[in-house]
Amino acid sequence: MSLLEITDLTVGFDTEDGTVHAVKGVSFGVERGEILALCGESGCGKSVTAMAVPRLLPSATTRLSGSIKLDGRELTVLPEAEMRRIRGKEVAVVFQEPMTSLNPSFTVGYQITEVLRRHERLSARAARARAVELLELVGIPAPHRRVGEYPHQLSGGMCQRVMIAIAVACSPQLLIADEPTTALDVTIQAGVLDVFRDLRDRLGTAIILITHDLGVVADIADRAVVMYAGRAVEQAPVEELFARPRHPYSLGLMRALPAAAVVGPDGRRRLTEIPGMVPSPLSDPQECAFHPRCPSAQADCTASRPPLERHGDAHLAACFHPGGHP
Amino acid sequence: MLWFVLRRGGAALIVLFLASVLIFLGIRALPGDPALVMAGEDATPQAVAAIRHAYGLDKPLPTQYVDYVGQVLSGNLGRSTQDQLPVGQILVERLPVTLELSALALLVAIMIGVLSGIVAAVRRGRLADYVATGFGLIGLSVPHFWLGLLGILLFSVTLHWLPASGFIPFTQDPAGNLQRMVLPALVLGTGFAAVLMRQTRSAMLGALSADYVRTARSKGLSETKVVGAHALRNSLTTVITVLGLQLGALISGAVVVEQIFVLPGFGKLTIDAVLTRNYPVIQAVVLVTVTGYVLVNLLVDIAYALLNPRVRLSGGSRG
Repeated sequence: MSLLEITDLTVGFDTEDGTVHAVKGVSFGVERGEILALCGESGCGKSVTAMAVPRLLPSATTRLSGSIKLDGRELTVLPEAEMRRIRGKEVAVVFQEPMTSLNPSFTVGYQITEVLRRHERLSARAARARAVELLELVGIPAPHRRVGEYPHQLSGGMCQRVMIAIAVACSPQLLIADEPTTALDVTIQAGVLDVFRDLRDRLGTAIILITHDLGVVADIADRAVVMYAGRAVEQAPVEELFARPRHPYSLGLMRALPAAAVVGPDGRRRLTEIPGMVPSPLSDPQECAFHPRCPSAQADCTASRPPLERHGDAHLAACFHPGGHP
Repeated sequence: MLWFVLRRGGAALIVLFLASVLIFLGIRALPGDPALVMAGEDATPQAVAAIRHAYGLDKPLPTQYVDYVGQVLSGNLGRSTQDQLPVGQILVERLPVTLELSALALLVAIMIGVLSGIVAAVRRGRLADYVATGFGLIGLSVPHFWLGLLGILLFSVTLHWLPASGFIPFTQDPAGNLQRMVLPALVLGTGFAAVLMRQTRSAMLGALSADYVRTARSKGLSETKVVGAHALRNSLTTVITVLGLQLGALISGAVVVEQIFVLPGFGKLTIDAVLTRNYPVIQAVVLVTVTGYVLVNLLVDIAYALLNPRVRLSGGSRG
């Protein structure tokens, strides 16, 4: 049994213009100790998919269907009180903006011990000692001093390490990291990714890494789910995905990587962009959502929506005209 | 922290100094010569000059100012022109009434305003929010004198629950004192509560949508902790700022409310003094009010620093 099993997840939000569907029938699983990358452009539904797991979406306006099973337990119907016992303990989250995701009015130490005292029932003294250990674990120098400092006294990279320390405090089975390196300097990114890799190796934590950066995917993930316009369009082990991308959208993302830049007619190296725009989430046509931007689109792409089909071992893609090699 | 308090305390002293200069000059700038008034209509120039000399009015202005500050600091605020009583003694009699009224009104305002503001923010767009916001609008729109008269009409004249007016010192009869102070405090506190409610609501709405609140939820904390610790802590700075700024309005509100309920407080003293051009009393009233206002704002600044570590550390050394 997989640690996390998401089946046919659909998430809509009530707005003045009707229900906007951000996620449409997404299914995938996460194994224990696996690092799974959820990738795609802004607005493709990757964050909404991940935040649906700990039920951190605004409850009043969210319409959710499908199944999310953690360790066999159906999370979508769990009472809120039980869900609170899972949040922070079994499923933890690292958010995108480390500077604003920490509370400016409390010390770093308080914010770490809070989760320890909630779930592990540690005494104040034991929690404090554990907080120092955790800060050391995520690579913060002088943890004894830092534990009493406020978020504004730390750099962005330090804050993100604190966020990770909070997230891993109770040794969760699943860690959801929402664009954890996007707000950080490039020089800091590699260090933060190392912390994740280290945690997986040491604690066996499964990680869902949400990112739009295929460089990060190649660097750290075992498997990747590529999302487009609320749907999973391709799913494969990372090596397989980079060696043989099937969906033209995945291929387009790879061509947009700096390493894949081609030399243009003026002799300068140029990145290839994907033409066009992401379709509006309000529309849901019965056709391939990517076809207006797709170089290999044909007549049948507008006739019906391509289903997610197997293209080799553990490799799924939703395309009528899949590519073979990049 | 000590450095912060010293700096703010220094700034408060400067404000007090400037205020005392303004009060001093303001009184001197008023038309009319006090020596002429005191000497009477048919006085000889020699008599006027003698009075001027006796009261130090022939000295240069800076010297007069130093004398004035010296007198104030030694507790001598002059004598009321009305009944020749020392102004200091009048203040000691009147001040406790207003302080009690203000403190009770403040209590009412914080209890109603802050609590309903939190509830309105948490239950945004639901019945509790509409009730609280509606109450806020009414509380802001209804003037004190109208609310006071309505209160007297309902609770005193119709229901006979509370006496309509009058004052008994707390030390004489605590129950009777509170009985007579409840209605004035409610009337004075209502408008203030409305302001606090609106500010608390908007600050809490901002805080509740902040990233750190989402983080708090992701830790599996209870809603009570998420709202009461994480969101409220960051909203309190706004609430306390409003509290400090609005205390001025509370004092002017007290003037009206004391008039309605015939309470022998500071507000009534001020109105009587203005109506009879009792300059020494006006001067003392303004001085005490300014001092109170500066002190309250100093306390607000300190509370602000206690709540917000970024304020505490700015300007001082790191760590």
